[in-house]
Amino acid sequence: MYKVVNKESLHEIIYSMWIEAPEVASSVQPGQFIILMIKEKGERIPLTVADFNREKGLIRIVFQIVGKTSEELSAFKEGDKLFSFIGPLGKATKIENYGKVITVGGGTGIACIHPIARALKEAGNEVISIIGARSKELIIMEEDIKKASSELIVTTDDGSYGRKGFVTQVLKELLDKDKSIKKVWTIGPPIMMKVTCETTKSYPVETIVSLNSIMVDGTGMCGSCRITIGGETKFVCTDGPEFDGQLVDWGEFSNRLSRYTDAEKKSWDLYQEHNHTCTCGRRTN
Amino acid sequence: MAEMIPPKERMQREQIPMPEQEPKERIYNFKEVPLGYTQEQAIYEAQRCLQCKNPKCMKGCPAEINIPKFIEKIVEEDFAGAYLEILKTDDLPAITGRVCPQEEQCQQVCILEKQKKPIAIGRLERFVADWARKNNIHGSLPKISEKEQKVAIVGSGPAGLTCAADLAKLGYEVTIFEALHQPGGVLVYGIPEFRLPKSIVKYEVKEIEKLGVKVITNFVVGATKSVDELTREFDAIFLANGAGAPRFMNIPGENLNDVYSANEFLTRSNLMKAYAFPEYDTPIKIGKRAATIGAGNVAMDSARTALRLGAEKSYIIYRRSRKEVPAREEEVHHAEEEGIIFNFLTLPVKVLGDDKGNVIGMECLKMELGEPDDSGRRRPIPIPGSNFTIEVDMVIDAIGTSANPIVARSATGVKINQWGYFIIDDKTSATTKEGIFAGGDIVRGSATVISAVGDGKVAARAINEFLSSGKSLRKSK
Repeated sequence: MYKVVNKESLHEIIYSMWIEAPEVASSVQPGQFIILMIKEKGERIPLTVADFNREKGLIRIVFQIVGKTSEELSAFKEGDKLFSFIGPLGKATKIENYGKVITVGGGTGIACIHPIARALKEAGNEVISIIGARSKELIIMEEDIKKASSELIVTTDDGSYGRKGFVTQVLKELLDKDKSIKKVWTIGPPIMMKVTCETTKSYPVETIVSLNSIMVDGTGMCGSCRITIGGETKFVCTDGPEFDGQLVDWGEFSNRLSRYTDAEKKSWDLYQEHNHTCTCGRRTN
Repeated sequence: MAEMIPPKERMQREQIPMPEQEPKERIYNFKEVPLGYTQEQAIYEAQRCLQCKNPKCMKGCPAEINIPKFIEKIVEEDFAGAYLEILKTDDLPAITGRVCPQEEQCQQVCILEKQKKPIAIGRLERFVADWARKNNIHGSLPKISEKEQKVAIVGSGPAGLTCAADLAKLGYEVTIFEALHQPGGVLVYGIPEFRLPKSIVKYEVKEIEKLGVKVITNFVVGATKSVDELTREFDAIFLANGAGAPRFMNIPGENLNDVYSANEFLTRSNLMKAYAFPEYDTPIKIGKRAATIGAGNVAMDSARTALRLGAEKSYIIYRRSRKEVPAREEEVHHAEEEGIIFNFLTLPVKVLGDDKGNVIGMECLKMELGEPDDSGRRRPIPIPGSNFTIEVDMVIDAIGTSANPIVARSATGVKINQWGYFIIDDKTSATTKEGIFAGGDIVRGSATVISAVGDGKVAARAINEFLSSGKSLRKSK
């Protein structure tokens, strides 16, 4: 179980993998996440599901190398097995026919937005997707998102592909132009989600964000992922991962994401001293 | 064979103290604190047992161990026999021998308790189980007529493991579903290595697996599959998923970076082995001054873990006084020996942090004790204006747990009470849905390993009765 059946490099530091996990694949819904461990001594990391295939019993994950665990995972080959893979965790996205909606994805958040956009479209919504990244090479899963949406707009910060600028600029234009837009989903780096929420704040749309907190068990047992939502403490693992973005305490969220920055750096540096083999250009000490 | 000694001489002997790792040494390691009796010590202690005709100790044992009999075998130096005697009813002897509060169970009702020197039953049980493990003695697999009925057990903690072992011995096909990547539940994520080495849990789980019990890890009942789905595949179900959700004080600053629930702190250290970071990948905060809120066993475990991780000062903050401390006396004693600083009659009101979310202190109030409350303990009352600040850089909330709704939500017809715990018939552990039983902390709230073991036994008996009468969850569809 938990075999990597397909691995693809979407960028030099972003990977896509299809994992054999039939029990998870049979019950997963858009918006849910999994927790995996790559080895017995590994840590438990949550990843939002990027796609699934119920017939074949597969779950697709997309991740960027941001530390030791993700770098080690990127070295897994097709046929290799993960140590642990649990899910589906968290609440599913509330899919209804809202009418016209927007899904915004940034970075690996583009992958997380994918099954949500698809399900919204299947439910009869007109889905406009906006995906953005720093530059062209970081735009991932463009074809998948295009298929999952009614319309796709791509932005890059440097203008190397699609529209030059941030996703929020396009979002603002759309909201100004079309008052019939009911709801916005935004998934990406915390700062992007925060800025998106600031953009949508003055419009009569609900903005849903998906938070990727630091977790241990992922089933409501430890509270590592807790976050203040509208003045109340919520667990991302069981109350989320999706929340009304206007209610999120972004300062607290980013502080809590930095809880182990020093330890994570130490662990990654040690790993790279001994193992660095990839070509991502990071210093090898 | 050691000789039986005359009763008078037995009464004169004192209880053999447990050899322990020195406090000065042990605060720098995660190795077990009590070292266990030697063979000679075990025999000497066992000889003290009066072998009562009407042994009260057995009535005090939820695991239903024939205590005088296994102790007699120790005197006879038949340690294997003693082990097999215990195994008849308790499949986790190395665990219960370590973590049972014997002073409130078998030893409390021991006839020698009156002289304040009850037989050290727990230490003897531990000796026997450790001896058997080292000498490769295993329970003989009973010849059973295998039954066709299948039982699902949700959770692989002490309740689930015990129920599984008892049912497997009766010939049922038993599958345990465990949400985490390792079986053992609270025994692996909650109780620290220095109280219960994980290799021992692993060993006793393996022994239970040898009885034919199948353990499926990485399977979150309520997420991977619902209880409702399991009712279509199994003839009976035992819900033993544990209490689960951490409780917080709901005071300002509690979501600062360095505030942990005891569940998180202990899970990182015990299950994920964060104390061996970076060999293991899971990090944990190494506080210089750690404050643990609460004074139960979990609080003692947390404060002592913080100390071993490198805290210079590790405090216990408790709103009542020394007298009301709910932890086992032995745990409090160990904590005191190790230099844990107890702040009694102290109530945290605010955790103080800097703009990056780091904890820099905790504001507290002084308390005094008033009239007894519902629990019979004197109610702590804040003294107005007594606010003061303790300089700490991490806080661990060890104030108890509440019910995790994830399993209950997926079990149609299984009723819960206002706190989210399953409602059961005390005699049979049957829930409000026929064929589904429940026990352990998801019924009792935070209780002990041994009460969970007892619940597992009660449930196994009731499940056997239910299935023997020809009933099945699958038929009731």
